[in-house]
Amino acid sequence: MTTSSTESVKGTRIMTTTANNTPVGIDTAEATDSPARLASSSPEVTRRQVLVGLGATAAVAATGMAMPVRGGGSVPAAEAAVISPHTQTQPGGRAPGIVVLVTLYGGNDGLDTVVPYSNSAYQSGRGSLAVAPDRVLPLDAEFGLHPSMTAFKKLWDDRKLAIVRGVGYPNPNRSHFRSMDIWQSAVPDRDEISGWLGRWQDATSSDPLRMLSLGASVPRALIGLKGGGGSALPNGQVALPGGKGITNAFVELGRGSAGAELGPWGARIGATVGNLVRVVDQLGPILKAGTKTAETASLEGGSSASGDSGSVLDSQLNDVATLIKGDAPTRVYSVSLGGFDTHANEGDQHARLLATVDGAIGRFLVSLANEPKASGVTLLVYSEFGRRVAANLSQGTDHGTAAPVFVIGPGVKGGFYGDAPSLTALDQGDLKFTTDFRSVYATILGGVLGVDPSVALIGTWAPLPLLR
Amino acid sequence: MADELLSNLAHLYRRAGFGAPLERLRQLVPAGFDAAVEALLARTANDPGADAIDRPNLVITASAGELETLEERKARNQTRAAQRREIAIWWMDRMVLTDSPLREKLTFFWHGHFATSVEKVNEAAFMLSQNEIFRALGGGRFEALTQAVAKDPAMMIFLDSNQNRKGSPNENFARELMELFTIGIGSYTDADVREAARAFTGWRINRTTGEFTLLKGQHDAGQKSILGRVGAFGGEEVITMLATHPAGARFVASKLWSRFAFPVNPDDQIVTELSVGFAAGGDITALMRSIFRHPEFVSKRAKQGLVKQPVEWMVGALRALNLPFSTGPTRPQVLLNALRDLNQVPFAPPSVGGWPQNGYWISTATAHARLSAAAALSRGADLSWLSGAPAAQRLGILASQLGVDGWTTATTTALNKAGDPKSQVAIALVSPEYVLN
Repeated sequence: MTTSSTESVKGTRIMTTTANNTPVGIDTAEATDSPARLASSSPEVTRRQVLVGLGATAAVAATGMAMPVRGGGSVPAAEAAVISPHTQTQPGGRAPGIVVLVTLYGGNDGLDTVVPYSNSAYQSGRGSLAVAPDRVLPLDAEFGLHPSMTAFKKLWDDRKLAIVRGVGYPNPNRSHFRSMDIWQSAVPDRDEISGWLGRWQDATSSDPLRMLSLGASVPRALIGLKGGGGSALPNGQVALPGGKGITNAFVELGRGSAGAELGPWGARIGATVGNLVRVVDQLGPILKAGTKTAETASLEGGSSASGDSGSVLDSQLNDVATLIKGDAPTRVYSVSLGGFDTHANEGDQHARLLATVDGAIGRFLVSLANEPKASGVTLLVYSEFGRRVAANLSQGTDHGTAAPVFVIGPGVKGGFYGDAPSLTALDQGDLKFTTDFRSVYATILGGVLGVDPSVALIGTWAPLPLLR
Repeated sequence: MADELLSNLAHLYRRAGFGAPLERLRQLVPAGFDAAVEALLARTANDPGADAIDRPNLVITASAGELETLEERKARNQTRAAQRREIAIWWMDRMVLTDSPLREKLTFFWHGHFATSVEKVNEAAFMLSQNEIFRALGGGRFEALTQAVAKDPAMMIFLDSNQNRKGSPNENFARELMELFTIGIGSYTDADVREAARAFTGWRINRTTGEFTLLKGQHDAGQKSILGRVGAFGGEEVITMLATHPAGARFVASKLWSRFAFPVNPDDQIVTELSVGFAAGGDITALMRSIFRHPEFVSKRAKQGLVKQPVEWMVGALRALNLPFSTGPTRPQVLLNALRDLNQVPFAPPSVGGWPQNGYWISTATAHARLSAAAALSRGADLSWLSGAPAAQRLGILASQLGVDGWTTATTTALNKAGDPKSQVAIALVSPEYVLN
């Protein structure tokens, strides 16, 4: 067992002094008294408190597939656990940390993304699907990015792109849904309805605007137990529709505790009414002002990025950029792209998907390049699993396990982290993971959101030294 | 007592159908709850309301491949978009006008269970013929339904069965068949998936006619070991094995209960009770009867346990306001856009897992989309039944018309603030009382 020490730097932001990607704690509900493994800077919160809180969640989850818990006083990881309350600036004058979570649904083929191009096991396993060595965008003598990823290559060269290799979790599950639930809840061994960022929100704030999903629904990662979770940005104009009679009555409906007598779901429906009024009041004007300036900016913001600038991911990230520039109170944004389940005819399809991701993220960062408010922005790009080393005979790949995770932004120390999994020492044809995904989350929670990761994670996970 | 029965009937009609005005349900009180269940179950074959809607004339749009010119491709994509819209309108019209609400509700359930999306299948004609399988067989034997769906073009394309080859099989269909369609996660191993994938090698459909064939040269006829049984199984045998497996009965019963009553896991005691009868013959209609007649079905947990899915919400609102879908005062494109913003476009579920439940439908974004749609619907509706009534009785009449028990204090305050009938209807449609199912 390796010990990791986390310490408070100038009292505002924690930083890893020794780091190592070995999981130093396994999710064990009975390990309630290992204070030595707690970050020393948060004496107020104990593991017991955190675990009791999560345990209460589990009890609720066990009673039904998805019963919400609102106002449950049983989640104790409270304000006390926050090392850095939402301060306006971080050391070095950086703006507050903002996380942009980029979820790739369907199981992105990690081996076709960060390509082990010089490895003969890759070339033979993938056959005609393999990217030829002279086509990759080389990162070193062994690995290269897929040729679609020109903007990522530039970010790599600028040392803004961290690639964590071989990220996964024990006993990998090859179901899209279960595996995505595991990634988003960060609780691999049972059905947990809350998400890792939802628990961060529970512990630090009750502001419904602190987490924002772009897209109609709120993903599990942003589901909390106290306030229900993050908000979601309405499509189109962010203003209340209808005439005066409707809007006045809607505001009234949001003011009362509508639905409170109708059970947990009724209460949540009622709460979103009030939250929507706040989204409209606070984010509506920012987005309205932003669309005017965006038209000119997009003409200037030409970058080396590839892909269709009209993609859903582009439009989501455009809104995120506008909100960041407009000083929205949001600290976590969730965007996503689907279609990565490439069982057949993978070649062109995957190239297009990667171009979309590459282009959208490239354009997003270019648009924020000279923006001081965006100096604390960090993107986390992940998928529920990678794909098998060997291709199938439909020119595609089936569900796999470990895959690379990308961490990108001005505060990132670019480079490779984590060991690359072997392509020959496989488990049932699949890669063995080398870095637990919760180490990546601990890095983000501590280094970007400025909290003790134990407010959101069960067990102690050594952060990776990938942030400046 | 009569009030409780009326409340139970309203609940039954919301779940087994798309809701009904309390005034109409009052007529069912003397015959009782079980008689209402039987009437809903019986009205399956004859559906004059929905069958009056013309089935769209659809063409196959398969690409000519590399020979296709840019103009041809453009035209093909336009045809696809138009046909996609046509089938969505056709089905929404059916649900709004149906006299067999449970049959449409089950069709909708199976579309989410055996989920395929026109986004990948591309052929509206195949989506429509699959929809007709759900309607024709969705109340029959589960195994027969599964066999039919598996060989139908929409599924064959969606889960890549059409490209599954001997030697290095494509596991897509085999995995989802086990995980999502029949026995559920935890009842099989990854090795079972790999073995079952071999049994489906060589399954092919003709992409123009939809006709099924077995390509012998691509089929792996060897021995397979699946769920502890060994044999040279073909695909049909694997489906039979899974669809009639005890874990399958539990899984399907839990999914139907979760969708019609409240969410449970397959190991729930209620599922145990339901699956005993269902396992014997796999009769879906008999299972639905057991669900509706189960004491827990009318419990508070059930009545508060589900959120209306957007299609249910919109169809229910249109029926309550006596509005058609495609020929009403609100343009169908506006309503389809509202469904898109609510995250539920018919024939385009987000993944093979179909649409999630409850929390998936509750967000500030969906609250916004619901309010937009509610405002549009109330603007177009003839509300003389409400505006003509004395002001003091309006809220009661509104609750009755929407098929809900009544209004809580907070909603009553908001409805009073709304003042005019059109605003009141819009607010009622987004109230927690109505958004709950």
